[in-house]
Amino acid sequence: MHIPLPRRSGAGLTRGLPAVLSVVSAFALWEIYVQISGISPLILPAPSRVLEQMLLNREVLWRNTVPTLQATLFGFSLSLSVAFVLSVALDFMPRLRRALFPIFVVSQTLPLVAIAPLVVLWFGFDLTPKILLVTLVTFFPMLVALVDGYDSTDPEIEELLHSMGASKRVVFRRARLPSAMPYFFAGLRISITYAVVAAIFAEYVGARAGLGIVILNAKNSFRPDLVLAAVVISSVLTLALFAATALLQRVALRWRDAKGDQ
Amino acid sequence: MTVLDMKNVGLRLGQTDVLADISMHVAQGEFVSILGPSGAGKSTIFRLLTGALDADRGAITCNGVPLTDDQQGFAFMPQSDALMPWLRILDNVTLGLEVQGVPRKEARARALPLFADFGLVGFEHRYPTQLSGGMRQRAALLRTVLQGRPMQLLDEPFGALDALTRMQMQKWFESRWKSARWTTLLVTHDVREAVALSDRIYVLSRRPATVIAEVAVPTPRPRFDCPTSADAHALEAHLLDILLTQTGDTL
Repeated sequence: MHIPLPRRSGAGLTRGLPAVLSVVSAFALWEIYVQISGISPLILPAPSRVLEQMLLNREVLWRNTVPTLQATLFGFSLSLSVAFVLSVALDFMPRLRRALFPIFVVSQTLPLVAIAPLVVLWFGFDLTPKILLVTLVTFFPMLVALVDGYDSTDPEIEELLHSMGASKRVVFRRARLPSAMPYFFAGLRISITYAVVAAIFAEYVGARAGLGIVILNAKNSFRPDLVLAAVVISSVLTLALFAATALLQRVALRWRDAKGDQ
Repeated sequence: MTVLDMKNVGLRLGQTDVLADISMHVAQGEFVSILGPSGAGKSTIFRLLTGALDADRGAITCNGVPLTDDQQGFAFMPQSDALMPWLRILDNVTLGLEVQGVPRKEARARALPLFADFGLVGFEHRYPTQLSGGMRQRAALLRTVLQGRPMQLLDEPFGALDALTRMQMQKWFESRWKSARWTTLLVTHDVREAVALSDRIYVLSRRPATVIAEVAVPTPRPRFDCPTSADAHALEAHLLDILLTQTGDTL
C-alpha cells in the first residue's frame, strides 16, 4: 500500500518560484562580485560575459552540441534496452542474477578516467566509444531499480494470478512489470542526469567534435568564459532530459496521482 | 452433488506439521465456512486448492476429478483485496477472464452488467485508491465471481474492514448469495460471521490441524434482517466454547 502522492495543481507555478528566485539571486551575486572586484575575466568571467560569448559563438556551440546530444540519446537508448533485457533475464533466472550481478557492480567501480581513454583507443574517435561510455555509466541505476522493482510485487497479487491459472510470463507482464514502474522511474531520473556528463567526458578524452571538445579547446586557450558557456549548454540539456522523464513518469504513473476526483 | 472433496489431507512445511488430517466436502450451491484459531492453517488449505502448495498425503477432488497443478476449479479471493493499483476497477474486475484468454471486449461486456448488483456503478474507471474499503472488497468479490469457476474461496474477505462496513458488507453479501447461490468456502475466525453466512461450519484445531467439529446451521435466511435468533445464539456460544476449550492456549 503506497501513500498517495499530493496532487499537483495550478499551484505549480507558485511552488516553482523559490527555486527560480534562488537561482537568479545566485547569478546576480556572482555578477555583482565580478563587477565590484574587477577580477580578470581570464580567472572568473561574469555571467553576462558567458551569455555574451554564447551568443557570439552560437554557431560553433550548436555544431558541437549536436554530436553530444547524439551520443547522449543513442547511449541512453542502448543503456535502457540493455538494462531492461538484462533485468527480465535476471528476474526469470535467479542463478544468472547471482552470477552476473557482481560483474555489474564491478563495472561501476571502474574509474571513468582510466576506462574512457581505453574505450576510445579500442573503438576510435567516432560515436561508438561515446555511446558505450554513456551506456556503461547509466545502465546500472536502471537495472538495480528494475530488479528491485520486480521484487516489490505484492505476493498476494502474484498468488491471485497463480490461482487464476496465470503462467510465470503472465505474472511478470501483469504484476511484476507494472509493480516495478515507480522504481524504474526513480532509476531513470538518476541515470539521465549522468548521461550528458558521461558523453562530454567521453568527448574530452578523444573526439572530433562535441561539447567536450569545446571545453578542452577553451581550457587550453585560457577561455573560462567559453568553458562556462559549454557548461551552461550541458546543464540545459540535462535539465531538459530530466523534465522529459518527469513528464513521462506523470503519464505512465497516472494511477499514483489519482485520488479524489478524476 | 459434491464440488469439493478432501480426504485425509496432510501437509508438512519444513519442520512444521501444518495439516494433520483434514477431511471436508462442499456440495453444489452450499456455503461452508472453516473456523479456526489464528495460524491453524486455514489459509494453507486454500493454498492447496489454488495449487500454490501440494498436499503430502490424502486426496483432493474437484467435481470428482483429482486436483492437478493447473487446476481451474476455484476462484480465489485473498485476504487483502489484492486489487492492482495501476488498473482501473473495470480492468481489475476482468483480470481473471483476461488471464483465461477471454478477449477484453467480451470480458468487459460480461462484467459491466454486474456493476449495479455490486454497488460499483460510476466507479468503473476509477483506480482502487479512489474507492472506500467496502467498495474495494466488493470489486474484489466481483473479480472472483466473474471468473465463473465451480466454486469460490474467500479468505477472510471482511477481516480488514471496520466494524460498521463489515456488517453492511455481510448483509449485502448474504442477499447477493441468496440469489446467486455461489458454491463457497469461507475461511474466517469470526464466529458470528460463520454462523450468519454458512450452511455448514468446520472447526479446525490448532496446528497440526484436524477437523474437531462439523456443525450445520439450520437457521433460515435472511439472517441479518432480523435480530439474532436463539438458535443462532446457542450455536455461536457452542462454537466459541469449542474454540476456547479445544484450541485456545492452555493456561
